[in-house]
Amino acid sequence: MSETLKITDLHVAVEGKPILRGVNLTINRGETHALMGPNGSGKSTLGNAIMGHPSYDVTGGTIEINGQDIMEWDASERARAGIFMAFQRPMSIPGVKMADFLRHAATNVRNPERKEGEDLIPMREFRKELKEKMSQLRMDVEFARRYVNDGFSGGEMKRAEILQMAMLRPKFAILDETDSGLDVDAVKLASQSIAEIGGAEMGILIITHHDKLLDYNAPDFTHVMLGGKIVETGGVELAQELYTQGYDRIRAAYPEEAALEEELAEETATA
Amino acid sequence: MTTATAANGFTDAAFESFLETRSAEPDWLTTIRREAWQAFSEMDWPARNDEEWMRTDIRMFHLDKFALPTEPATAPELAPGLLTHDVELGGTLVSYNSSATEDSLIGELASKGVLFGSLDRLVVEHGDLLRPFFERQVVNRTHDKFAALHAACWSGGTLLYVPKGVAISQPLHGMSAMGDSGVDLSKTLVILEEGAEATMLSETASTSPNGGGLHCGSIELIVEPEAHLRYVNLQNWSTSVWHFAHQRATVDRNASLQWTIGALGSKLAKVNQQVALTGPDANAQVNGVMFTEGRQHLSYNTHQHHMAPYCRSDLLYKSALQDRSRTVWRGMIKVDLAAQRTDAYQRNDNLMLAPTARADSIPGLEIEADDVRCTHGSTSGRVDEPQVFYAMSRGYTRTEAIRLIVAGFFQQVFDRITIESVRNALGDAIASRVQDLDQQAAPEVQG
Ligand SMILES: Nc1ncnc2c1ncn2[C@@H]1O[C@H](COP(=O)(O)OP(=O)(O)O)[C@@H](O)[C@H]1O
Ligand SMILES: [Mg+2]
Repeated sequence: MSETLKITDLHVAVEGKPILRGVNLTINRGETHALMGPNGSGKSTLGNAIMGHPSYDVTGGTIEINGQDIMEWDASERARAGIFMAFQRPMSIPGVKMADFLRHAATNVRNPERKEGEDLIPMREFRKELKEKMSQLRMDVEFARRYVNDGFSGGEMKRAEILQMAMLRPKFAILDETDSGLDVDAVKLASQSIAEIGGAEMGILIITHHDKLLDYNAPDFTHVMLGGKIVETGGVELAQELYTQGYDRIRAAYPEEAALEEELAEETATA
Repeated sequence: MTTATAANGFTDAAFESFLETRSAEPDWLTTIRREAWQAFSEMDWPARNDEEWMRTDIRMFHLDKFALPTEPATAPELAPGLLTHDVELGGTLVSYNSSATEDSLIGELASKGVLFGSLDRLVVEHGDLLRPFFERQVVNRTHDKFAALHAACWSGGTLLYVPKGVAISQPLHGMSAMGDSGVDLSKTLVILEEGAEATMLSETASTSPNGGGLHCGSIELIVEPEAHLRYVNLQNWSTSVWHFAHQRATVDRNASLQWTIGALGSKLAKVNQQVALTGPDANAQVNGVMFTEGRQHLSYNTHQHHMAPYCRSDLLYKSALQDRSRTVWRGMIKVDLAAQRTDAYQRNDNLMLAPTARADSIPGLEIEADDVRCTHGSTSGRVDEPQVFYAMSRGYTRTEAIRLIVAGFFQQVFDRITIESVRNALGDAIASRVQDLDQQAAPEVQG
């Protein structure tokens, strides 16, 4: 039986300012979705709202997993339910080693019922798995001993996000511009790794401006966001059109959303 | 519960009968005690307009609620120390209400001439050896009324003496415990002669979780040329205890000191911690880890005194504050004219776990030499909400996320501590104290 992440008529405001204005999106496990759209159209906002970021106020609509409403769940509960987001700008946590961070995280996510203070995954077992995943991603073993994202380059952070996804084995993953900051080879490796980690098992939402990350993860669906709404959904050919020809056709076809987008962009510029 | 509140606390008569119980002590020590008692009797309690005491209110402290410690009838069963987990010790001293209840040193160390154990006992047995070290007056006996009280009335306490060239690999451990309304006037004296090496772990504990009491103590660390000392003291009284302490180390030529202090307990603590670098190329590292909660008030005056050239001192104090607690750190680097090529550093970071907590950081420099490098810094901030969300998005509960961030905050100082059991003990003790901080959390954006 297939599992589903379903977003219905989602409205989200940030600091009182409406950003998403009625987003509908259904992702089944095993499907790959590309989400494209100009900067500022609300793609990251959608991801953060799904993950349960407290700064993003859901003012209307629902988010469900397999028919269960998760609106009241905090980020921790959502992570344990199998939702993962690779952030556009990951946070650093100085003083906390990557390996320790992930051991605790993986323990919680794999045993959603775990109570605070109960045993973590045995060290040996965890180390072995982490080492394997790191070598798959061609990451230096020394990485595990560094503090979480502390002093990482842009590319290192993005790879670390993929490593976290590999260790947490989510059911649904949102990858927010995981390709930006990576060079061509690194994007290729990332694309391959995402496919290996379980493109087939996960429901993936890939937010990107480029085609390379999609090379090994051909989208079943491509969505275009404009002015806080998904205005068009197509197949892989839509993604191709957008990264070769840009958004002019879309803007012309949806003048109302294009106007909203401009308004948002201006507010952002003058804020 | 109130039986220890003797009617005539610290009176002349009480002091005289205290001296009678210590008639075995050498005369020179009795003289020191009498002089200090005289000074104590003539001094006023620190006033709020003393610069050192401006931020620390002791109007609620009344010495006459306490009495000079007497021999405990029986010492209760004590919980094992926090610092000694998985550590093979060279010797152990346990004291209760300022008198020794357990006193041991392994034969291997005793045969090398090491002295360790109850200072009460050892000052009687080895008075001539110890006299010059007392006479050095490492801690100024008349610095203030508390220093004078301690110098006159100290009892119990610990001595570690390591003769020239002897290196000890097994740490020595001292545990000072206090009962409800107890008094601990213990003195710690550590002497490492030239080329000696040792590690000593000291800690305090209260036998009842909310038991009140008074500690008025001193720590003197004497590190002679080429000697290397690692010294740890963990102040873990209950949060009802008054804690007044004068602590000073002298570090001579080519010697090194790693001094780690942890402070978790006490209602109010006023600590003067000084390190004097007295010979060229001496090296001192000072690490401070504090965690406060409730209405605790911890005040630290630190002093790095460079008296000789080419010395290094490096102080890092980190505190996390919960509830309505408060810390005060006043740090001073003093560089004498003779101390050219000094390299000195001091830093204090505070993590505020509640909006009602308060941390004051007052760094200071007083430099007479002209060829020196002295740097200082301090920070204060709340737990970063975006970090909390990031950890939660990886499955951490909010409380776990905050614990993680607090642990990361202290890691920078733990990275400097070279004794694993100490790192673990401090880390665990802090983790268990971080409460569920849900209400401090309510993200500001939901307005
Ligand atoms: N945390 C935030 N605080 C304030 N404004 C935000 C925040 N996140 C997003 N926004 C605003 O929401 C709009 C959409 O942003 P975002 O979702 O990041 O777009 P995209 O990811 O498509 O580039 C922008 O106008 C942006 O300024
Ligand atoms: Mg974005």
